[in-house]
Amino acid sequence: MDLGELVSCVGSLSCLVTQVSAGLTIGLLLFLVASGLTLIFGVLGLVNFAHGTLYMLGAYFALSAYAATGSFLVSTLAGTLGVATFGLLIERTLFRRIYGADVLMQLLVCYALILIMDDVVKIIWGGDFLKMDMPDTFRRPPFIIGGGIVPLFYLVLFGVTLAVALLLALCMGRTRFGRTVRAAAVNSTMVASLGVNTNMVFAAVFAIGAALAGLAGALSAPIRSVVPGAGVSILIESFIVTVIGGMGSIGGALVAALLIGLTRSFGSIGFPLFTEGLMFLMMAVVLLLKPSGLAGKHPA
Amino acid sequence: MSEPELSVQGLDAAYGASQVLFGVSFDVGRGETLALMGRNGAGKSTTLKAIAGVLPPRAGQVILRGKDMAGRKPYRVAHSGIAYVPEDRQVFPEHTVEENLEIAQKRGLDGTAGWTIPRAFESFPLLLPLRRRMAGRLSGGEQQMLTIARALMGNPAVLLLDEPSEGLAPLIVAEIGRLIRKLRSAGTTIVLAEQNSRFCLAVATRVAVIDKGGIVWHGDVEQFHTDPTVQSRYLQV
Ligand SMILES: Nc1ncnc2c1ncn2[C@@H]1O[C@H](COP(=O)(O)OP(=O)(O)O)[C@@H](O)[C@H]1O
Ligand SMILES: [Mg+2]
Repeated sequence: MDLGELVSCVGSLSCLVTQVSAGLTIGLLLFLVASGLTLIFGVLGLVNFAHGTLYMLGAYFALSAYAATGSFLVSTLAGTLGVATFGLLIERTLFRRIYGADVLMQLLVCYALILIMDDVVKIIWGGDFLKMDMPDTFRRPPFIIGGGIVPLFYLVLFGVTLAVALLLALCMGRTRFGRTVRAAAVNSTMVASLGVNTNMVFAAVFAIGAALAGLAGALSAPIRSVVPGAGVSILIESFIVTVIGGMGSIGGALVAALLIGLTRSFGSIGFPLFTEGLMFLMMAVVLLLKPSGLAGKHPA
Repeated sequence: MSEPELSVQGLDAAYGASQVLFGVSFDVGRGETLALMGRNGAGKSTTLKAIAGVLPPRAGQVILRGKDMAGRKPYRVAHSGIAYVPEDRQVFPEHTVEENLEIAQKRGLDGTAGWTIPRAFESFPLLLPLRRRMAGRLSGGEQQMLTIARALMGNPAVLLLDEPSEGLAPLIVAEIGRLIRKLRSAGTTIVLAEQNSRFCLAVATRVAVIDKGGIVWHGDVEQFHTDPTVQSRYLQV
């Protein structure tokens, strides 16, 4: 533990800027994954333990697409749409059978998928750490703000994730599709009786959740190593985020993801050996004070 | 009689192992209002659920304008022109009145879009001032009107109503009766499950009586009115 270091960082603008920008980066990527997880849980009643696998696939798809085309736009789209398509496929064949089922059953199916996909990835891309090159467009000296370092790519990431978060909120809150999704989450039989093909709605929701994870994977590829099993740690953090934010709440997920991002970033200075523990500690505190999470309505 | 709008033939339905409907059959002509009457537990709600596809029938046919709907998924049945208002209303409580209507909006069988949100508010003026209110915060009567209006948003050929008067104050029941008669005069075919004979007599043109999962009597509402045995045998407790 190094509280002195932490205090001096908080006292210095440059360190503060560097850590906050790093924390927001972690948090916003986490938000993309967690918002899909919480959406799928809230609407489909599925605890998607394989959500981290979708993130990992997004990174691999992006990596290959970037190697083939050298375009960041193409690699991002490949990660997002590729995983959305993959999500649609497993939703139709596998997941739609376990909506609302016993969580143990869901865990079993998801765990099988995790193992299979980890091996598939090893066969296609090998078991080594890979990294996507930073696209040339973003290979510029970082911005120096108040003495702190903010890489250009971080700003791109902020822009994209915030735009996506806004789009998601508008889609769910302000469109007929979003209102239908929220109604189907509560009473799908009634929605179906009104002439809505709820299977299609559920498939679309799963695909959106998958696309968000794929996008996160694609955006992380230039700054994180891409490796089989990369989905596990982000899955655990996403669960922490959904528990802190409140299962099913996208707004709650945003706040919680940023909280976790900043905790990780500052924790790595103050408590380098206890950052993980710190996240669990936060979760425990939130659960004690508000068991349904920050934005949760119903007791968990 | 010309070809009926809706013809139910030999409908069997069951909850798991316990069979509840045993060959339910009846016809409804276009623009008629059929009251499906019977004691509590006779099988009225189950009949409507089986027609709507919510409880897939085990056997039998549900023929709408010559096409068999039996076994179709509920959303397909709805698309084929049958709208269903369940017993317990089932508004979307955390959506506004207007959003409840919006979710149900679709064109009818022949591409008609006669029912729109503005027209719904015209026909259900009580809902207009409540249009931005959460449906969960409406009174029972208001919710009942909302579910009927919502069902109409799909421009159905046939409207199934499960005990629309149940648990409502007499004034509201009268208002709902007026609405049903207005729908009938506009040409909508209606099947109404009811226990309340007074209400049925006020709104129906035809009556079918169901007992222990089978139709035991059917005829015009006037015949029903003047037949003393049917009421005492099948309807009174
Ligand atoms: N969900 C259900 N599961 C099992 N049995 C049911 C269910 N719903 C109704 N029943 C039974 O089916 C029979 C007919 O019920 P129902 O159609 O609801 O009658 P009604 O609407 O005429 O009062 C009753 O004996 C009732 O107990
Ligand atoms: Mg009933």
